[in-house]
Amino acid sequence: MSVVIHQLKMTGVRKTYSTGVVKVEALRGIDLEVDQGEYLAIMGPSGSGKSTLMHIIGCLDVPTEGTYELDGTDVSRMSEKELAEIRNRKIGFVFQQFNLLASLSALRNVELPLVYAGVPAHDRRERAEAALEKVGLAKRMQHRPGELSGGQQQRVSVARALVTDPAVLLADEPTGALDSHSTGEILELFEDLNDTGRTIVVITHEPDVGARARRLVHIHDGLLREPVPVAASGATR
Amino acid sequence: MMGWTETVRTAVAALNARRMRSALTMLGILIGIAAVMLTVGLGQGASASITNQINSLGSNLIIVSPSMSTSSGGFRGGGSVVSTLTTQDAAMLADRDVAPDIAAVAPVSQVSGSLQSSETTWTSTVVGTVPEWTTVRARTVDNGRFFSQSEVDAAARVAVLGSTTASELFPTGQAVGQTISINGQSFVVIGVLTSEGSSGSTNNDDTVLVPLTTFASRLSTSSSANSVSSIYLSGTDADSLSAAYQQVKTALLASHQVTPDNADFTVSTQAALVETATSITGILTALLGGIAAISLLVGGIGVMNIMLVSVSERVREIGLRKALGATPGVIRRQFLVEAGILGVLGGLVGVALGVAGAAILSPVIGITVAVSVPATLLALAVSLGIGLVAGVYPASRAAKLAPIDALRSE
Repeated sequence: MSVVIHQLKMTGVRKTYSTGVVKVEALRGIDLEVDQGEYLAIMGPSGSGKSTLMHIIGCLDVPTEGTYELDGTDVSRMSEKELAEIRNRKIGFVFQQFNLLASLSALRNVELPLVYAGVPAHDRRERAEAALEKVGLAKRMQHRPGELSGGQQQRVSVARALVTDPAVLLADEPTGALDSHSTGEILELFEDLNDTGRTIVVITHEPDVGARARRLVHIHDGLLREPVPVAASGATR
Repeated sequence: MMGWTETVRTAVAALNARRMRSALTMLGILIGIAAVMLTVGLGQGASASITNQINSLGSNLIIVSPSMSTSSGGFRGGGSVVSTLTTQDAAMLADRDVAPDIAAVAPVSQVSGSLQSSETTWTSTVVGTVPEWTTVRARTVDNGRFFSQSEVDAAARVAVLGSTTASELFPTGQAVGQTISINGQSFVVIGVLTSEGSSGSTNNDDTVLVPLTTFASRLSTSSSANSVSSIYLSGTDADSLSAAYQQVKTALLASHQVTPDNADFTVSTQAALVETATSITGILTALLGGIAAISLLVGGIGVMNIMLVSVSERVREIGLRKALGATPGVIRRQFLVEAGILGVLGGLVGVALGVAGAAILSPVIGITVAVSVPATLLALAVSLGIGLVAGVYPASRAAKLAPIDALRSE
């Protein structure tokens, strides 16, 4: 209990965009710590800064001010190239629109992060197959995204997010494009993954999705508000 | 870091996904490469053909022609105008004391003749000359014999035919021993020359040779009996050719009583002729090749254009790849490789088209269109280079895309 490993630690993160003469403060001082094995939902309406926060958590963007440590590495001042490498190793993305490449099979899509990691072809295939098995798509590996249902496609992208064994699985509105049945399936998958120790951060504006997480924070006008106590974590299950 | 095999595999997949467009893009490079190969090949072929033609005139050859610039200058082969060259000039040049490095002298007069055999008629060039002609022009008689000096002296009505002329006039039988009529005068065929083969548009085998004296008295349209169209001389060897050239020039200047500035004749050596011809075909080749190179440049711009379209179409894909860990360098390399593949494939097909075109064109135009291996390799290297250069700007645009902007685009 002496040393708490924060998988993710933000201190005083601000993000300011200047569009011409107008300065927009998307994040106005975010302090956030996520421990290993947590399942966190970040909820907020559109315009609250939750997309910006997601970009910074996902190392797609860097804060204007403040520091962000991911898995013990300060990534807040990294170059584009270094960020790409960090994303590759530490972040598993799940997007609302799945973002699978239509011309590639499910297997090839899942292999993609390993391609950029420079993993040899044989290992890559084995790991991608294992990831697809984990999300229950062992029989659909050679299907292209167009031949799969929305729920299946999202499971492919979850497999793609898991295949590098990342520090954080970062899901941006993962159920936004899914029907209620598929939504249930994906959320169950997240819970199963979390049960095996996977750190998950979900960004959403849907209260139902947010309620399924074990910890919930709200973002509003670029600031986080954590409803205390987080006793709800078990009760909602 | 992403390996080369994966980069190439990804690039090929991307090009394959847009097959029609990739093919059309390659077309630009393809046409450019084929055009450059054909024009340069044609130029080299023409140059080789002309050089070969000049060399086939004989070895260590010196040609004296009437100068065009003087008012009295005759036209070679025209015969209607009095030539400034005469048989006396030829006799003087044959003198060892005048021109010690000259081995043989053959004055030549020629006219276009209509020929008639017992079987058919034919039109050919009729040349009046002396027995030394065979030495100077390095020709041999295949069948029968060449006419002798005594036949020249006697102005005998004998003729030697080129192999083409012989087969045209006597398609079914033996030419030697037959009588033919040349512009209404009858001649006995005493020999047929060994075939030399045609080079380019000139057929060295379509000719009729008669003694110079007979030519002057019976066939010449010139008013002056002893004028000749040109004088062919051969030097004793290649080393003394420039000395021989000087001897001929000096002797003729003296006997014509003219200075080099108002000389009524020109003396040229084979080497000079080859040089002139080569420089002319060289200029033409450069000109045509330059035009073809412009089409290659346009092809390169086409590649750049399509790559730019491709980048803006695939913004989302680029964003995703970056999110998954593709560094700007990897993205840049991927687009460069795509452009390079377009260039190389276009180049390969272009080379194939150029080789095929050369094979088809050569017999049609009668000039061997030269396709050399170094030129082909150069063409491929150039097409790769064009692809890469054309890819630099689109690729760096792709590499610079911010992942969040790229992911956001719909």
